[in-house]
Amino acid sequence: MADLAARTPPPTAPRRSPNAGGRPAAARRRSPNAPPRSFLWARRIFLTALTGFVLLPVYVMLSSSLKPLSDVSGAFHWLPSELTVRPYLDIWRTVPLVRYFTNSLIVAGSATVCSVVVAVFAAYAVSRYRFRGKRLFTVTVLSTQMFPGILFLLPLFLIYVNIGNATGLALYGSRGGLILTYLTFSLPFSIWMLAGYFASVPRELDEAAYVDGCGALGALFRIVVPAALPGIVAVAVYAFMTAWGEVLFASVMTNDTTRTLSVGLQGYSTQNDVYWNQVMAASLVVSVPVVAGFLLLQRYLVAGLTAGAVK
Amino acid sequence: MRRLPVRLRRAGLPYLLLLPALLLELLVHLVPMVIGVTMSFKELTHLFLGNWGAAPWKALGNYRISVDVNAPVGAALLHSFWVTCVFSVLAVGLCWLLGTAAAVFLQEDFRGRGLLRAVFLTPYALPVYAAVITWAFMFQRDNGLVNHVLHDQLRLTDGRPFWLLGDNSFYALLVVAVWKTWPFAFLVVMAALQNIPRDLYEAAALDGAGRLRQLRRITLPSLRPVNQVLVLVLFLWTFNDFNTPYVLFGKAAPEAADLLSVHIYQASFATWNFGTGSAMSVLLLLFLLVVTAAYLLATSRGRKHADG
Amino acid sequence: MRILRAATVSATVTALAAMASGCGGGTGPGGGGSNDSPRTLTYWASNQGPDVEADKKVLGPELKKFERQTGIKVKLEVIPWPDLLNRILAATTSGQGPDVLNIGNTWSASLQATGALLPWDKGAFDKIGGRDRFVAPALGATGAAGKDPAAVPLYSLTYALYYNKQMFKDAGISRPPTTWDELVAAGKRVSKDGKWGLGAEGGQLANNIHQAFVLGKQHGADFFDAAGKPSFTSDGAVAAVKQYVDFMAKDKIIAPGNAEYGQNQSLRDFATGRTAMVLWQAAATTFAADGMKPTDWGVVPVPVPSGTPGSGRQTNSMLAGINIAVFKNTHNLNGAQKFVKFMTGDAEQKLLNKTYGSIPPVRAAQQDPAFDRQDTRVLRETLTRSAAPLPQVADEAQFETSVGTAIKDLFADAAAGKPVTTGSVKARLAKAEQQMAQ
Repeated sequence: MADLAARTPPPTAPRRSPNAGGRPAAARRRSPNAPPRSFLWARRIFLTALTGFVLLPVYVMLSSSLKPLSDVSGAFHWLPSELTVRPYLDIWRTVPLVRYFTNSLIVAGSATVCSVVVAVFAAYAVSRYRFRGKRLFTVTVLSTQMFPGILFLLPLFLIYVNIGNATGLALYGSRGGLILTYLTFSLPFSIWMLAGYFASVPRELDEAAYVDGCGALGALFRIVVPAALPGIVAVAVYAFMTAWGEVLFASVMTNDTTRTLSVGLQGYSTQNDVYWNQVMAASLVVSVPVVAGFLLLQRYLVAGLTAGAVK
Repeated sequence: MRRLPVRLRRAGLPYLLLLPALLLELLVHLVPMVIGVTMSFKELTHLFLGNWGAAPWKALGNYRISVDVNAPVGAALLHSFWVTCVFSVLAVGLCWLLGTAAAVFLQEDFRGRGLLRAVFLTPYALPVYAAVITWAFMFQRDNGLVNHVLHDQLRLTDGRPFWLLGDNSFYALLVVAVWKTWPFAFLVVMAALQNIPRDLYEAAALDGAGRLRQLRRITLPSLRPVNQVLVLVLFLWTFNDFNTPYVLFGKAAPEAADLLSVHIYQASFATWNFGTGSAMSVLLLLFLLVVTAAYLLATSRGRKHADG
Repeated sequence: MRILRAATVSATVTALAAMASGCGGGTGPGGGGSNDSPRTLTYWASNQGPDVEADKKVLGPELKKFERQTGIKVKLEVIPWPDLLNRILAATTSGQGPDVLNIGNTWSASLQATGALLPWDKGAFDKIGGRDRFVAPALGATGAAGKDPAAVPLYSLTYALYYNKQMFKDAGISRPPTTWDELVAAGKRVSKDGKWGLGAEGGQLANNIHQAFVLGKQHGADFFDAAGKPSFTSDGAVAAVKQYVDFMAKDKIIAPGNAEYGQNQSLRDFATGRTAMVLWQAAATTFAADGMKPTDWGVVPVPVPSGTPGSGRQTNSMLAGINIAVFKNTHNLNGAQKFVKFMTGDAEQKLLNKTYGSIPPVRAAQQDPAFDRQDTRVLRETLTRSAAPLPQVADEAQFETSVGTAIKDLFADAAAGKPVTTGSVKARLAKAEQQMAQ
């Protein structure tokens, strides 16, 4: 924020800059809080620079995915000398991309739904009740984020195998085991974040719901959850991405039929040959649905604003 | 349920709500962690991998090796620890700054806002492996984009610097980590901003408060509870981040960018000596517990002051 | 205090849970395989072909053939390289694994030490036709000396020197080098105008080790003494590492940029005519994928001091390859041994090694004309005459990490223009040795 402060002289009075930023006409006409020009310029410069930073690697990926293999890791030029769509055709043959994608979708989707539901309950308890052991709970849950994942990989594997031997429940090698693992990965942070969002929903609303005859759960689902919807969406996105991108546990806990995308992408590299162009092409292809999901969700985040606008 | 006294139902409810979360954490995190702690007291090398029970007790032997800073193992661990500390603080600071600035600038509606939101989340959507490999391409000395721009086009550097070797590797790692993580800060802050009522800004504007004062008086204080969690979690993640350095540098990171997670991986998986690796992990856990406790104490007290 | 009590309680509970869930792992000391399920086998294959799907296509029909012969159905999983060792470690820890699996032959001694693999004693070897069917160096890479092998050789590979014919011609080099002096001289003649003599993968720890190991042999040095203790700082070892790094630091026939290579960029440099030589294991398919015609490159044995490869100081390659092993907890011991016999039989050896571009470790199978082409002949002769297995010690992985990193750092020094002296090499290796001593 420091550089922004340097660039933006503190305006004495809100200046009106007609049409700037394309605000809706009604708002533009009489808003006392129209953005001053300095703010608009700071915004333009900052957002442009940031977009460049964010998209630079995406551009490199895109251009690499359109090159023949022999050009991919050659000297960089802004414009590739030779373009080909072959990598986009080959990616489906080199690895079973569709299967990996389906696996990832099932695993990440289920883990997200479960994680959000469990986290909503826990966060409600943490934000609305005073009870013995609350601090212990929060600290314990948080401490799970402090132990390097590589070290509980083997113990967890051992537990899953033993559960499998004892009960016949196949956790190792199955999607179920992976869902279980990922849902707990995102859980601690989800609980913490949601507790924060829930805390910002005024308590009076809960109490009004009680007066209307709702129980605690009624108040949670009718009042608190809708009001904290943007937060829930954010947490859901987080839970989804945690499961979507995890590599280490997936590499050990899956087999050929349940392998997820993040691990499957490494199938484009073998001892001697790495199909860089196909790695890039496949990454872009599988990311399109996710980015599209973000596009939809960002509208939802805004919609959450009006739904959650509590007076 | 009906017949239980109301008081008991009230008292039992929070525990009931917590139960699923607790059970899951117990199974997937806490029990493996306890096993991990047990491992740290054992001489768990490849000789005993198939039968952990038979591994001899080593008491504090693994710890002694890890903290003996005069011997190479301890000295390397200490060095790696400092690198990780500096790296985490810088990475978290930059992620938070970028995320908050972007979220604040996107708070008001303008044309293209929705698109920008999705664009900013792209690094988060790309598979980690491919994204980091792309950065590794860009940082190549002879063929990479970074040197192409810095040296060939802008002529800022005399020779072609190495980015994946030597001291520069720290900055390369920092850039990649920030690129990959800041969208998360953005996502969280953006969601938190939705909860601030618009009227507050309108009222402040009527009082003559400019953008900066609105930011200081309204936005940042409202973000406080969310920031408290966000900064802590960002810190814990960057501190334990494994994928980024591992994909960027491979098994052996340059000394300037030797993060603890890769270091511990080397001391356990790469060398099949899980006892020492566990001991290092436990030390890491203790350190992070202390940091977290201090952080929570400091920030919570600050918050009470602000409220009062 | 209440919190403290609660903490104690929860700690006890988790500890109990931990014990109940079995800190002990799966492969008990007495486990030795059974014949509980004689109709099926699970086989973990390593990724040998251009990709996993290609491997399935290659192995599928062969497994069907095996099923027709024996009635045993083989469930195949091809595991990509980045996952293979972690999967094996997890299987070892839990006892839940395949019946038969492929392992990198440099892991043999380490995996042998875990006790997870079935030892191949004389009786077991007799079931697959006896030890004498295999070439000696390949058998040397199946476990520690003096113990029953933990695995059986399946595919073998060695290093060779690949050179660009046109670049040699342009530089006026009439015949490929057979000694290191000749290699340096040739490299110097080529290294100008953005072209370089030799390619290296400075960031690839395993590759660094392979080169240093061979040069060490040529200097009469071993990185481990007879008792299996590391000895990285002997004069010979230091000279070997220095000789390798000096190709960049002193002779300047390796481009400084190679110090950061770790993803086979040196092969692409070779294929695109930027470097004239590269030391590699069977690289023909990679060159083809990068657009280089087989007629454009030549291949000769890796140089040795005398010019004639042999054993001892004239060793010119580490023995790379894949071994096939039987997991100790197998539920189909007889079937697993039958399967290993099938895979190491002459017919399969010829077919599979031909497909994968490797050399059969089985003598009889080597007679096939496919192993007498310009590249495979060199690899085959190196395999039988002048290759040596990496030290078969349980600490091999640690050796690869510590010494490989030391060489990577030395390359980084050389690339940055810092001097690489006998003293600085020795210091790095001494540090690596201390890390082994933990």
